[in-house]
Amino acid sequence: MSGVRVLVGTRKGAFILSADGKRAQWDVSGPHFPGWEIYHVKGSPVQPNRLFASQTSAWFGQQIQRSDDGGLTWEPVGNAFVYDGVPGTHQWYDGTPHPWEFARVWHLEPSLTDPDTVYAGVEDAALFRSTDGGRNWNELSGLRGHGSGPNWQPGAGGMCLHTILLDPANPERIFVAISAAGAFRSDDGGTTWRPINRGLKSEGIPDPAAEVGHCVHRLAMHPSNPNRLYMQKHWDVMRTDDAGESWSEVSGNLPTDFGFAIDVHAHEPETIYVVPIKSDAEHFPLDGKLRVYRSRTGGTEWEPLTAGLPQRDCYVNVLRDAMSVDTLDPCGIYFGTTGGAVYGSNDAGDSWAPIVRDLPAVLSVEVQSLA
Amino acid sequence: MIRVVLPVALRALARIEGEVALSVEGEPTQGSVLDALEQRYPMLQGAIRDRVTRKRRPFVRFFACERDLSHEAPETPLPDAVARGLEPLLVVGAMAGG
Repeated sequence: MSGVRVLVGTRKGAFILSADGKRAQWDVSGPHFPGWEIYHVKGSPVQPNRLFASQTSAWFGQQIQRSDDGGLTWEPVGNAFVYDGVPGTHQWYDGTPHPWEFARVWHLEPSLTDPDTVYAGVEDAALFRSTDGGRNWNELSGLRGHGSGPNWQPGAGGMCLHTILLDPANPERIFVAISAAGAFRSDDGGTTWRPINRGLKSEGIPDPAAEVGHCVHRLAMHPSNPNRLYMQKHWDVMRTDDAGESWSEVSGNLPTDFGFAIDVHAHEPETIYVVPIKSDAEHFPLDGKLRVYRSRTGGTEWEPLTAGLPQRDCYVNVLRDAMSVDTLDPCGIYFGTTGGAVYGSNDAGDSWAPIVRDLPAVLSVEVQSLA
Repeated sequence: MIRVVLPVALRALARIEGEVALSVEGEPTQGSVLDALEQRYPMLQGAIRDRVTRKRRPFVRFFACERDLSHEAPETPLPDAVARGLEPLLVVGAMAGG
């Protein structure tokens, strides 16, 4: 029988939540790597029992852990993230030049075709790739070396490369997003890059044609239509239908268009989900009500999903990598909160239930659909 | 043998139980002991010292014989009691953060 495995990264360890295809009864394993920040855990689409985890600590630095048995056992692999050449400087918060310094891996994106290839998005923003299962890492330095690099500035959470989207129809095309530089695209397998931020409007950036500087929080893609991307920006939910050549706002009737997470229904490329957050100063849901909003029209027209979610006194956040979908039918949606809950829906968002309530603050949620 | 005591997080990472005993050629220094430690446990590379600069990570401290050795140069010989295996070199996660 089919099943799902939900990979949860938290401030103090990783957890693996497993269920059969009904997604009603859950087994919880963990904490794996207790006490460490686990920014992200993700499995290889071609070898699902191969998992990669970003394990990090302000005290003891970065580790990449790999499991080849679905998370039962783990092995530390390579942690040498060394920028290519002389890293140079980006802008600091006060506008002065600041040297590029590696801090941590925010996001791991395993290849769609090769179980030994995995990409890592890091802070300070850069993209690395391993072709030997995570043991050795090389920077794809054409991104950081793009002419705009010295003008990139960190967002409040650090200058992180947090989103990596691999185009299933074109192995040469990669999208990434950096807070607060913006979105970028490569059409040659990661060698060269260009910003794709036209149409983004950000308060505080007087130049509407600014090449970089936008605080993109998250990108999402449906594999059947990789030219269409959805974006949760700092403020604004955006959509492009031409692989980032131009963006238009689809916030529509959302009660607030600030937020972090965004994802796409597995079987309906027009159906998307966001979790509106009150504001950049108040990182919690509006009115204390935790509501996922769903659009079945690729944005603009949104409906609140509330069944099973707390509708009073809820002041958690849902971070950018903390929402994911499975590919079962009906599609399952999952998200984790900074309050340590992971909520799941086994009916495309119509109803929700907590899978776990009291984990450490959730940083990331990924789902594997298992045959 | 040089005795090294690691913090719990690094013992778990490297799957070490108890102390580590290392043999180091010549007069042992902070740097040569850490080199030997990282050679035996490669996953500790970058966890105690920065991989590129080889500087001690900010929230890691070194103690031995009731002395804070954190700010000593890597080539400084370790105290005689550590060199003779009477006292361990303590690698400590600093009490920082929240």
